[in-house]
Amino acid sequence: MFEMLLIEGIAIGACYGLFGVAVAIIYKTSDVINFAQGEMGMVATFVAYHILTVYNVPFWIAFPATLVFAILLGMAIEFCFLRPAKDPTVLGLLIITLGAEMLLMGLAGWKWGAEQKDFPFLLSVTKTHEIMPGLLINEWTIGVFTLTIIIMISLFLFFRYSKLGIAMRATQQNVNAAKIMGIKVERVFSITWAMSSLIGAIAAMFFAARSVLDPNFMMEPFMRAFAAAVLGGLTSIPGVVIGGLIMGITENFFGYAWPEWKPIVAFVVIILIITVRPSGLFSKHYVKKV
Amino acid sequence: MDMKRDYYEDVKLFKSGTILFWSAVLLIFLFTLPIYLPSYNIYLLNIIMVNVILAVGLNILVGYTGQISLGHAGFFAIGAYGTSLIMMHLHLPFVAAIILAALIAAFFGFIIGLPALRLEGPYLAIATLGFGLTIMHIIGRWDVFGGRMGITAPPLDMGIPGSAFSYVVQGDVKIYYVILIITVLLVIAARNMMKTRVGRAFMSIRDDDIAAEVMGVNLTIYKTMSFAVSAFYAGVAGGLYGFVVGFFDPFTFNLILSIIFLVMITVGGLGSIMGAIMGAMLITYLQYDLLKNVENLPYLGGLLTMVSKKWFTMIGLANFSSIALGLIMIAIVIFEPLGMFGIWIRMKKYWKTWPF
Repeated sequence: MFEMLLIEGIAIGACYGLFGVAVAIIYKTSDVINFAQGEMGMVATFVAYHILTVYNVPFWIAFPATLVFAILLGMAIEFCFLRPAKDPTVLGLLIITLGAEMLLMGLAGWKWGAEQKDFPFLLSVTKTHEIMPGLLINEWTIGVFTLTIIIMISLFLFFRYSKLGIAMRATQQNVNAAKIMGIKVERVFSITWAMSSLIGAIAAMFFAARSVLDPNFMMEPFMRAFAAAVLGGLTSIPGVVIGGLIMGITENFFGYAWPEWKPIVAFVVIILIITVRPSGLFSKHYVKKV
Repeated sequence: MDMKRDYYEDVKLFKSGTILFWSAVLLIFLFTLPIYLPSYNIYLLNIIMVNVILAVGLNILVGYTGQISLGHAGFFAIGAYGTSLIMMHLHLPFVAAIILAALIAAFFGFIIGLPALRLEGPYLAIATLGFGLTIMHIIGRWDVFGGRMGITAPPLDMGIPGSAFSYVVQGDVKIYYVILIITVLLVIAARNMMKTRVGRAFMSIRDDDIAAEVMGVNLTIYKTMSFAVSAFYAGVAGGLYGFVVGFFDPFTFNLILSIIFLVMITVGGLGSIMGAIMGAMLITYLQYDLLKNVENLPYLGGLLTMVSKKWFTMIGLANFSSIALGLIMIAIVIFEPLGMFGIWIRMKKYWKTWPF
């Protein structure tokens, strides 16, 4: 039982971590907390659902089509809503993303209605494989592990070695200096949003396969993932993943012991931890210069 | 025109005789309003005033002190449940119950203010968000609070419930007067508070907390005080809300509600009492009246029905209000960061120097 709970917790935690990374990428580059992230993923999942059920195409066509849509959606939101704002405050940016969240939620509700649907995902939660004697793992979990590891490694390589990744890090450190160095900062922001939307959409499809699909289904996972990202420290990507794992495991064990308090245990833990370490567990505490 | 020659002139409530006159006219108008209006509109007015109280309180925290809160629905819920339960179980009169409930909310505000001393920006947002959700879940789980089914508010009793001194206020119109008096008192209190030492301390924290600390503002006291005052307002608003709607359940107080509260003050204008009032009025009106039956809107309604039939669904058309609110939020930040109060200031400046 213990191993099952642990593996399940790690799998959910990896999913939180993946989604938290989507939030963290945007925060790292542009200091914006994207509250619309969950709804961006939700809309992308609905598009996948629409392609799968209305046009009846196989999954291996619908999946890339959705990812393309997610990239365009992320770029569109950055271009239409964030770029026109001149010298916005932290609160102003927060309000813009909250507005985008309500907008997307309304659009999805208008188009697809509020009733709950089953998302026909390639990897099912019920089909299990016995990889070791006595250890059953379902396909979904295997998918999450594989994908998280692939995305993490490619992100690491991307930020470490590619020219664009280095440009993104430069933009994060100092926008004006990056501009002087010839980096097209606006293009960097656009690409950041595209990447984040892409990763968010993948994670959202995994969440949808576990639960049901309706316009509100990403609210809870988004808040957990965001909390996990804050726990690990929003500026460090490995930190975010570790935060997600801590979150998933804690939640799963508490959920087993006290099922009725499952939704809030995670938040209580988060509040306690960030009270002690205000910038999260793995990021350097930001010291303000006067 | 706005010259101040001494301290008293800066802090006094009415800047000139004209303002005093028009304030009195407004007050008389508000007190006679139920005579001209049909009863559904009185219900709407009650909701608007509840939201005005909340928005003014939230603006003290967000607009004046510069701290973000995504958990005000939690304080609102504490006020609503607290007032009703205290009246039901302790048999206290309404005024005592609502003050007690608001003090409980203020205490929770103080508690949340403590971690807020070290947190800022997104970290504070997640802490307050977690608080709001926690309150919602606790209320939903405990049977004392009626669980998921929600509770019905007791009769609004000015005397001691269940005794010879009981005096029940019934009907939207009578509740209107109760709420109106409380709203006017709280708005004036907020306006006065922002002109005192405390209000100036709040604003200095918003502008630069390090500079404020260097100048001798005690951050610990004033940040927690700001949270507590704001939560107190939210608690009073919640207590009144319970009696306006009569019935509420834990899911009324969800994250969307906290977001809508933030929308009110951003649309109205951060850091101004009048802005908070205008924003609360506009958003509540949009939410409860104008956008409730979108298909009946003039001009737009027909177009939306056509669009729905062609590309969307008719059942989902009710979601249009959330699209409209989202667009308003985004547009306000992009085009008018000072909100409706900024528009008002510009109009005032334009007419003051007209025709030059």
